Amino acid sequence: MSKHLNLTLKVWRQDGPDAQGRFETYEARGIADDASFLEMLDVVNERLIGENKEPITFESDCREGICGTCSLTINGMPHGKEKGTATCQLHMRKFSDGDHITIEPFRARAFPVIRDLAVDRSALDRIIEAGGFISVNTGAAPEANITPVPKSVADAAMDAAACIGCGACVAACPNSAGQLFTAAKVQHLNLLPQGQAERWKRTEAMVETMEEYFGSCTNHGECHDACPKEISLDFIAYLNRDYIKAKVKNRKLASQS
Amino acid sequence: MIGELKSNVPAGPMEDKWTNHKFSSKLVNPNNKRKFNVIVVGSGLAGAAAAASLGELGYKVQLFTFHDTPRRAHSIAAQGGINGAKNYKNDGDSVHRLFYDTVKGGDYRAREANVHRLAEVSVNIIDQAVAQGVPFAREYGGRLDNRSFGGTQVSRTFYARGQTGQQLLLGAYSALMRQVSLGHVELNVRSEMLDLVVADGRASGVVVRNVVTGQVTAHAGHAVLLATGGYGNVYYLSTNAKMSNVTAAWRAHRRGALFANPCYTQIHPTCIPASDEFQSKLTLMSESLRNDGRIWVPTSHDETRAADQIPEAERDYFLERKYPSFGNLVPRDVASRNAKTVVDEGRGVGPLKNGVFLDFAEAIARDGRPAIEDRYDNLLQMYERITGDDPFRVPMRIYPAVHYTMGGLWVDYNLMSNVPGLFVLGEANFSDHGANRLGASALMQGLADGYFVAPYTVGSYLADLLGKKAPDTTHPAFTESIDQVTDQTKQWLSVKGTKSVDHYHRELGKIMWEHVGMARNQPGLEKAMSEISALHDEFRTNVRVLGSGDTLNQSLEKAGRVDDFFELGMLLARDALEREESCGGHFREEHQDDGEALRDDENFAHVAAWEWTGDGKPQVRHKEELTFDVVHPSTRSYK
Repeated sequence: MSKHLNLTLKVWRQDGPDAQGRFETYEARGIADDASFLEMLDVVNERLIGENKEPITFESDCREGICGTCSLTINGMPHGKEKGTATCQLHMRKFSDGDHITIEPFRARAFPVIRDLAVDRSALDRIIEAGGFISVNTGAAPEANITPVPKSVADAAMDAAACIGCGACVAACPNSAGQLFTAAKVQHLNLLPQGQAERWKRTEAMVETMEEYFGSCTNHGECHDACPKEISLDFIAYLNRDYIKAKVKNRKLASQS
Repeated sequence: MIGELKSNVPAGPMEDKWTNHKFSSKLVNPNNKRKFNVIVVGSGLAGAAAAASLGELGYKVQLFTFHDTPRRAHSIAAQGGINGAKNYKNDGDSVHRLFYDTVKGGDYRAREANVHRLAEVSVNIIDQAVAQGVPFAREYGGRLDNRSFGGTQVSRTFYARGQTGQQLLLGAYSALMRQVSLGHVELNVRSEMLDLVVADGRASGVVVRNVVTGQVTAHAGHAVLLATGGYGNVYYLSTNAKMSNVTAAWRAHRRGALFANPCYTQIHPTCIPASDEFQSKLTLMSESLRNDGRIWVPTSHDETRAADQIPEAERDYFLERKYPSFGNLVPRDVASRNAKTVVDEGRGVGPLKNGVFLDFAEAIARDGRPAIEDRYDNLLQMYERITGDDPFRVPMRIYPAVHYTMGGLWVDYNLMSNVPGLFVLGEANFSDHGANRLGASALMQGLADGYFVAPYTVGSYLADLLGKKAPDTTHPAFTESIDQVTDQTKQWLSVKGTKSVDHYHRELGKIMWEHVGMARNQPGLEKAMSEISALHDEFRTNVRVLGSGDTLNQSLEKAGRVDDFFELGMLLARDALEREESCGGHFREEHQDDGEALRDDENFAHVAAWEWTGDGKPQVRHKEELTFDVVHPSTRSYK
C-alpha cells in the first residue's frame, strides 16, 4: 500500500534567461510514495496553480527514461542519487517523510537556463552536426548483411549508442566537460565497420567542436556516476586514443591532397 | 465541397504498382531542386527521414519541431523492433507474406496498394539503417539477428536490444544533422506549428510559435509535410510521451484536410496499471512477457488474500479458459477486452482493483529463475523500479493502455492529403495499418514514408510548380493566420478561470476511456459526446493559464493542445458511433458473436474521412471504398 510523505522542497526559480534566479521553498504534503519524482512536481504545480502562482517550469517527455528530455539536479546530483536512473524513473519511495529536497537545473556554462529548471542543451547538437554521422544518402546503402559485424563489436557499439543525450554528464562534471557524451557518440560510429571511412575526420571535428562549448576533462569520473545509462568511462579513453591518431592521420591526408 | 476521394492508386498488378508509379512520376532537374522550399513538421522517424532525404536530393528544407532537439521525438521510445521482409531466417518470409500479414492484421481496413509498397521498401529500410550505423542485434557470425514478434509465424523483426526506436531515430537524426551541417536543412527547434496556411488552394506554409520567446512567425514553402505523430494522448493516460499531441494535424484538418478513421485506436494489453490520480502516463511492458506469464484474476469479487495465498481452484485463468488454442497469446485487442471484462466485474487486482495478474510462478518452476531472468530481466527490473514489487516474488499486475492510433489525416497513394501540397507521413496519416497495427510495424511505416515514399511523390508534385510564382508570406492568408494564432494565445491567458489545463485534460481522458475505449456502444458514445461537449465549454470559460505569452509557458502550450483534443475526442466518438461494426481496435458491443468482433464488410469496407465545416458544426463524413483484390477478407478467430 502506498504511504504518504511530507516534504520540503527548495526549488530554483528563474523567470527568464537573463533574470536573477532564486530559491523558493514549497511544502509538498501528502505525496504518495508510488508517485514518480516528476509526478510529485506535477502535484506541486497543480497546487501552485490553485493558489494563483505560476507553476515550476521543468522539462520531460517520454517519462520512461529514454528520450533524455528530463533533467534536474536533485540534492546536488544530476537525476538524483539513484544509480542508472533518469529523473523520470526516480520514485518517491526512495525518499523519506520529512525530507528536504533541493531541486536545481543542470548547471553548466554550455547549458544556459531558459526558465526555472529548464536549460538549453543545444550545444550537444552542434557536436553531432560536426560529424556524428555516417555519410550515406538514402538509397545508397548496400545489402544489409554484406558486411558482417562481429557480435562483440555490435554490442560494444550499442553500449555507446545507448546514450540518451540528457547532458547529466556535463552537469555532473566539475569542469562541465562534454567528454562522456562525445565519446559515446564518436565511438558508437568509430567501432563499426561502416564508420571507418570518416573515422579520423569525425573524431577531430567532434572533439574540437566539443571544446568550443564545454570544459576540459580531468578524469574525475563524475559523469559516469550521474549517467542514467551508465555509459562506460572506457569510451573516453578510446576517444582520446582516436583523437591523437586523428591529429596525425588527418594531417597526413591533408598533405597528400 | 469535397468531390469523390481519389486514392490515386496506380493501375497494374499489385507487385508492379510502385515500380511503375515511380517511373511515371515527374522528376525535378537537379538544378531546379534548389528552387523549391519544403517544410517538414516533426522530427521523429518519418520527419527526420524525409527532411534528410529531401535535403540530400537538393531541395531547400525547413524543419520544425517543438522539442529542444530533433532526437527527443517519441519514436525514440519504441522498444520491440522493426519488420523487414528479408527472409534471413529462411523461414518462408517474403514481401508478399509481410503484405498479407499486414492487410489481415489490419482487419481488412487498410488500402492494399499502400501496404504492398510498405512491405516492398521494408527491405531497403534495413539496408539504410545498417549503413547509417544502427547497431542492430547480431548473431555470432556477424550477420543480423531476427526474432518473431506479435504472434507472426516468421522471424522478420530486427531489433537493437529493447531500444530499437531509439537507435533508428538516432540513425535518422544523424542523417538529418548531416544535411543541417551541409546547409540543406534549416533546423528550427522549440518551434510549435500552430496553423497550416492554405493560399490559392494549395498548402503554402505554416505558422509557428517559438515556445521560448512566444514569437509567432510565418514560413512559406512549396509543400508542407506533416510528420507529427498520433493522438493517443486524447485519453490523457496512454503510453505516449507527455508532449505528444494532435495539434499540427488538427489545425490542418480545420484548414480543410480530411481526418480519417479516428476511431481506430490501439490498446496494448500489457501496461502497468495506473496507481492514483497523480498518474501522468502509463508504461508499456513488452508483450513478449505473455509468452511465459499466465494471466489470471481471483474467481471471487471479494478476494483479499495475497496472490500466493489464493489456491489454484479459486483462480480464473480467463484467457486460457475462453481461448484454449491461443490461450495467453491471443492478439492485443482480444487480450485487452477480456481484461476489461474481468476488471469491470469487480475481480481486478491491486489496491485499486484495476489490473490483472501476469504470473511467472509456473515458468520459474519449470525453467528456473536464471532462464526467466535471461529472457526478461530488463523488463522485470523496469517493473520493479516503477511499482516497487519484485515479479519473482509476487505476480506482476498489468492492464491495457492506449498505445497507438491507426487513424489520422487522409492521404492518397502519394501520401498527399486532399489539400494539394500537404503531405502526411508516419503515424499522423491513416493509410497502412487499417483498423489494427501489427507489432514492429510502426517504425517500418515511419521510415518507409520518410526515406522511400515522400522523396518520390513530393518531387512529382513539385515538378508541376516549376516556373509558377513561389508562395510567400505576404499573401493575406499568412497574415490572417498569424493574427488568429496570436489572438488564440492571448485568449487563453485572459480566461483567468479556476482549474488547470491538466485538470481538464484528465477529465476528458476519463470520458474517453470510459465510453470510447476498449469496448464501445451506442448509449455510451452518445453520453460521451454530450459530456465532452459540456466539458469543452467549461474548459474554454474556466481554464486557468497563468503567466505571459512571451516566455516559456508550458500551461499555455498545453491549453491549445487540450483544446484540440476536445474537438478530436468528439470526432473520435462520432466516428465510433457511425461505424456500426467491430473491426481491429474498434469494438462495438452491439456487433459481436460471444465476444468475437463482427465485421460488416458489406456496409463498412470503407475509409471514413471527415471534413471540417466550421466551428460548432458537425463534420461531414466522406467515404473511400476499399477493395481487396489480392488478400480476400476472412474472419479472425482465436478459439
